[in-house]
Amino acid sequence: MQLVLEKRAERSGTIALVSPLIAVGLTIATMVILFAILGKNPLLALHAYFIAPLTDGYSLQEIAVKATPLVMIAIGLSLCYLAKAWNIGAEGQFLIGAVAGSWIAVRTQGTDAGAWVLPAMLILAAAAGALYALIPAICKVRFGASEILTSLMLVYVADLFLDYLVRGPWRDPHGFNFPTTAEFDPVATVPLLIEGGRLHLGSIIALLVVAAAAILLGRTIKGFEIRVVGAAPRAARFGGFKADRLVILTFAISGALAGLAGIIEVAGPIGHLQPGISPGYGFTAIIVAFLGRLNPLGILVAGLFLALTFIGGEQAQIAMKIPLDVTKVFQGILLFYVLACDSLILYRFKLVFPNRQVTRGAG
Amino acid sequence: MSKSLLALAAGLLLAGSISAASAADKLKVGFIYLGPIGDLGWTYQHDQGRLALVKELGDKIETTYLENVPEGPDAERSIEQLVRAGNKLIFTTSFGYMDPTLKVAKKYPNVHFEHATGYKRNPNMSTYSAKWWQGRYIQGLIAAKMSKTGVLGYIGSFPIPEVVSGINATMLAAQTINPNIKVKIIWANTWFDPGKEADAAKALIDQGADIIMQHTDSPAAMQIASERGKLAFGQDSEMIKFGPKTQLTSILDTWGPYYIERVKAELAGTWKSEDSWGGLDSHMFAMAPYTNMPDEVKKMAEDAQAAIISGKLHPFKCPIVGQDGKPVECKGGDHLDDGQILGMNFYVKGIDDKLPGK
Repeated sequence: MQLVLEKRAERSGTIALVSPLIAVGLTIATMVILFAILGKNPLLALHAYFIAPLTDGYSLQEIAVKATPLVMIAIGLSLCYLAKAWNIGAEGQFLIGAVAGSWIAVRTQGTDAGAWVLPAMLILAAAAGALYALIPAICKVRFGASEILTSLMLVYVADLFLDYLVRGPWRDPHGFNFPTTAEFDPVATVPLLIEGGRLHLGSIIALLVVAAAAILLGRTIKGFEIRVVGAAPRAARFGGFKADRLVILTFAISGALAGLAGIIEVAGPIGHLQPGISPGYGFTAIIVAFLGRLNPLGILVAGLFLALTFIGGEQAQIAMKIPLDVTKVFQGILLFYVLACDSLILYRFKLVFPNRQVTRGAG
Repeated sequence: MSKSLLALAAGLLLAGSISAASAADKLKVGFIYLGPIGDLGWTYQHDQGRLALVKELGDKIETTYLENVPEGPDAERSIEQLVRAGNKLIFTTSFGYMDPTLKVAKKYPNVHFEHATGYKRNPNMSTYSAKWWQGRYIQGLIAAKMSKTGVLGYIGSFPIPEVVSGINATMLAAQTINPNIKVKIIWANTWFDPGKEADAAKALIDQGADIIMQHTDSPAAMQIASERGKLAFGQDSEMIKFGPKTQLTSILDTWGPYYIERVKAELAGTWKSEDSWGGLDSHMFAMAPYTNMPDEVKKMAEDAQAAIISGKLHPFKCPIVGQDGKPVECKGGDHLDDGQILGMNFYVKGIDDKLPGK
């Protein structure tokens, strides 16, 4: 007797709906065992992770703040991935966007520049992110270079460029030589939505991006084109869709969104340009994009959920002295189960008995 | 079965709430750590300070820490989480937490904050740091005495004043022993990266350095020096076990006494915003035992340490000549003043390297 994975004749709609729930259920079951082994009360721990952050306005705001860059970047990445263009360098586009937008903030510092400063920063950041993403896109289309490698390597270039700027020309002259620009002027800062909180305009922009992506993918020919080119490249060619142009377009959009997320983070929660502005948002967003099944609404939910695990993990650290590593283990387990359960959409388990004839091959 | 499970659950929940209640009357003290605590290094030393605090005042206080908090957009939230969990005195233990700490401090005027190694203060936000350059001066004396090649290898983390003042103090001391001493500097651009630090140590030794000095956290350089039969200085923590025949001494961060003093002030209601910059006399840091050197070198080091503590010896005694050959303005009478050292962004004469960003 043998347990094999067998390919389904068609994808299972039921499993597609319940698989995230199964994954969350399995994750929670595993975590309960883990908490028990650590000698922590599993119920209190789960409460600290999942319930406590949802019960007060402060934590809800923080979840939104944390999810904002993740969702914005992941939406852009999902367009690339749907078109089977593999942009791995969103982190670099995020940094370049932050640098480009900060240029205006640094140059206008201390002058009486008007309300145009912030919009100009946002536009420049998006443009810079898009241009930066076009480098790997053009290299792929023109020279056949692997966009996975080129986009990834450009992350380090962006990182070191930012590093150079804040240690050299843009360094705060009154900052004792520490590597940071001066705090941005109020006109160069993303406005807060709630007095005393940290929720900022960027979260609204992220929601607009989600809506725009949903319309693009669901209601426009361009969206249809993106999906067809990714899912059935041969059919797309017959349909007259040009895959190369789509690589350029999706890379540009995802670069623009990552760049926008970068400047919003710098001009919002941080308030100045410094090294380490991103705790790996560009890479975490890849997880968010796939966790959300490359669907705009799914990405919104996935981004919020991942943010919840960060905030909850912190509260569990404070309230129950659960080490941070457990939060990371927890995120890893979750992703593992989600991917494992997703394979059940296209495959199913089957018991195979050796004495019987197997007619269909195992997947 | 399900009933007994429910009862168990209720019991567990109740037990949790009771222990939370009994902790409520203790002063809550929070810590934000840059790294994981680990076995040595910057964060480990801060946690040793916290443990000393718990040992001394454990019946009156409860401590909480958040580790691995990046110095970016998350820091402000992590600090605020500690405030919201009821902590009344919060130590944020890395430079990059400066602006986030200030933001949270302005938002919660009734909570007191202590920020390590920064320069921005508020009526409810103190700063504290140590004059590690005093220790670096002693290391410079030892290094010059012990070097056969006359070349010192220095692994820098970031070219910020704390590190630059350490290099200058080392060089000024070494020049009193050997006017032709050379120092090779490699910027690792990290506080902690064993791989990079080991590579830097190898490169420095290949360039002729026989003494390795570091302003980074890991014992990797010590291990390389040990393998190659060279000598080295530790950093932050005691690193002798990584080079029993290699370590000359190490600058040990000892935050315990400061933390105890500040928490006592908080308990007594006398806490106020201050800028503490402690030297060898303040017990904010100490020198590990002087090892692997002849007795006369050890005596020289101990004499220098005593002279610095008594105030007879100032590592930045004027006249000091800058790298460009021009004398440095002397704002502190016969030595540089604290502000000049805190913001130091120049090399002294004799350092054959270009300061990054200059």
